Amino acid sequence: MDTAYLIETVIKIVILLLVFSALAGFGTYFERKVLAFMQRRLGPMHVGPYSLLQIAADGVKLFTKEDIVPQNVVGPIFKIAPVITAATAFMAAAAIPFMPSFTIFGYEVHPIISDINVGILYILGVMAIGLYGPLLGGMASANKWSLISAARAASVFISYEVVSGLSLLAPIMMVGSLSLIDFNNYQAAGVGSWMIWSQPVAFVLFVIAAFAETGRTPFHLIANDHEIIDGFGTEYSGMRWGLFFIGEYANMFFISFVIALIFLGGFGDGSVGGALALLGKVSFIFFFFLWTRAAWPDVRPDQLMWLCWKVLMPIAVVNIVITGIVMMF
Amino acid sequence: MFEAIAFYLFAILTISMFSIAVLTSQALYALTSLAAGMIFISAFFFILGADFLGAVQIIVYTGAVLALYAFGMMFFDTTRDVVEKRTSPMLVFGMSGMAALLIVLIFAAPIVSDNIAALYPVQEGVGNAQAVGMVLFTKYLVPFEVAAVMLLVAMIGGIILAGKKMDTSLTLLDEDKSPLSVETNEKAAS
Repeated sequence: MDTAYLIETVIKIVILLLVFSALAGFGTYFERKVLAFMQRRLGPMHVGPYSLLQIAADGVKLFTKEDIVPQNVVGPIFKIAPVITAATAFMAAAAIPFMPSFTIFGYEVHPIISDINVGILYILGVMAIGLYGPLLGGMASANKWSLISAARAASVFISYEVVSGLSLLAPIMMVGSLSLIDFNNYQAAGVGSWMIWSQPVAFVLFVIAAFAETGRTPFHLIANDHEIIDGFGTEYSGMRWGLFFIGEYANMFFISFVIALIFLGGFGDGSVGGALALLGKVSFIFFFFLWTRAAWPDVRPDQLMWLCWKVLMPIAVVNIVITGIVMMF
Repeated sequence: MFEAIAFYLFAILTISMFSIAVLTSQALYALTSLAAGMIFISAFFFILGADFLGAVQIIVYTGAVLALYAFGMMFFDTTRDVVEKRTSPMLVFGMSGMAALLIVLIFAAPIVSDNIAALYPVQEGVGNAQAVGMVLFTKYLVPFEVAAVMLLVAMIGGIILAGKKMDTSLTLLDEDKSPLSVETNEKAAS
């Protein structure tokens, strides 16, 4: 392992952290604006032109707010829970190829931190650890609603991990590899070879599971807004709460990248156009998250469980069996 | 050199995490450090180049610890310390003897491992998942299938145990017919 590799990896990690922390801030701005336009409002308008500086204002507010650790909480666990959410979101990004490899000053750069050959499994696993954030946050706060919310979060995450894993099995069987770069190369021939055409069912299932695992609105039971409190985050203030937020939005971006890479052709043949197309796809999927939030109400917990275990999981299993039969003959 | 640094780092982290899990009297600390230790163990698989097993270690064991959390939620007030009952000094004596024996065995282990030769060498140009699959479906086919059948039996058993009253929904039941209100009605009548 030479020094150049080490320096390259450190630089890539720093860039990734900076870019996606900033994007998490921009994500909140876009979310407010998109929701406002869909509900015939203007959204934030006062801080700068079109309130573009709202992110800076929010950042200053979050950083300077008093950091309260309430009485009777389990201190260390309470403090580490937001870090788990944010850290696991960024750890999952280690196996995502964000762009095709390019050459800069005669040095070939691969915009992926580590191309381990089980990339997709690693991403799913590390994103699954992310649920310890809400769970520990809820259990460590001495607050009954936080605890209920943590229990709900655990049940939703565990259930939908089954769906996301099973739905991805069929594409994995077709590609024959777990690396996201192999997924991309499998679909490099053009729009016709995208996985979404050969595996539409898996695509729909995985997108639904992605909504559940990032805790977005049709399945926003983790921080249930109807209870007027913020679920597991009720006792948090300032930057600790901000870390939960960064984790949630970074997760949304990363899962958008995963969806685009697995089902929508990724960066294609690796040209500049392909890289731009990947960014376009990711932006659309992110917009789709916001669009759904504006258009759909939340579902009840029992409906969520019914959907997962009685509808989505059987469909996913049938999809795998049919894919296997088609591949055999 | 990086491997050595990573090994010692994760060895220290793993051992300290599991020590916390054993020594603390606070349920949340114990469960969290158990989960963290399980995840740190996966680092050893990654160092050895067994990426697939590393990812599986993360997925399976975090899921397993999560089940413990679920029980913790039901049985304890997790924000309070658990008061342990230490009944028999003989048990402590026996356990510490076992632990001492185990340490001796661990340090003696390299003597044994010198005599072990790998019978199934790693095939060149085969990915991690494929290599595991090949061994599972040739040499270890019977244990693999038996494990699958056992899991199936456990699953069916679980469904039967849990599903006795599943065809009636507690949410949709009339208020006076639900088991909770029946109890209170009986109390009121008597």
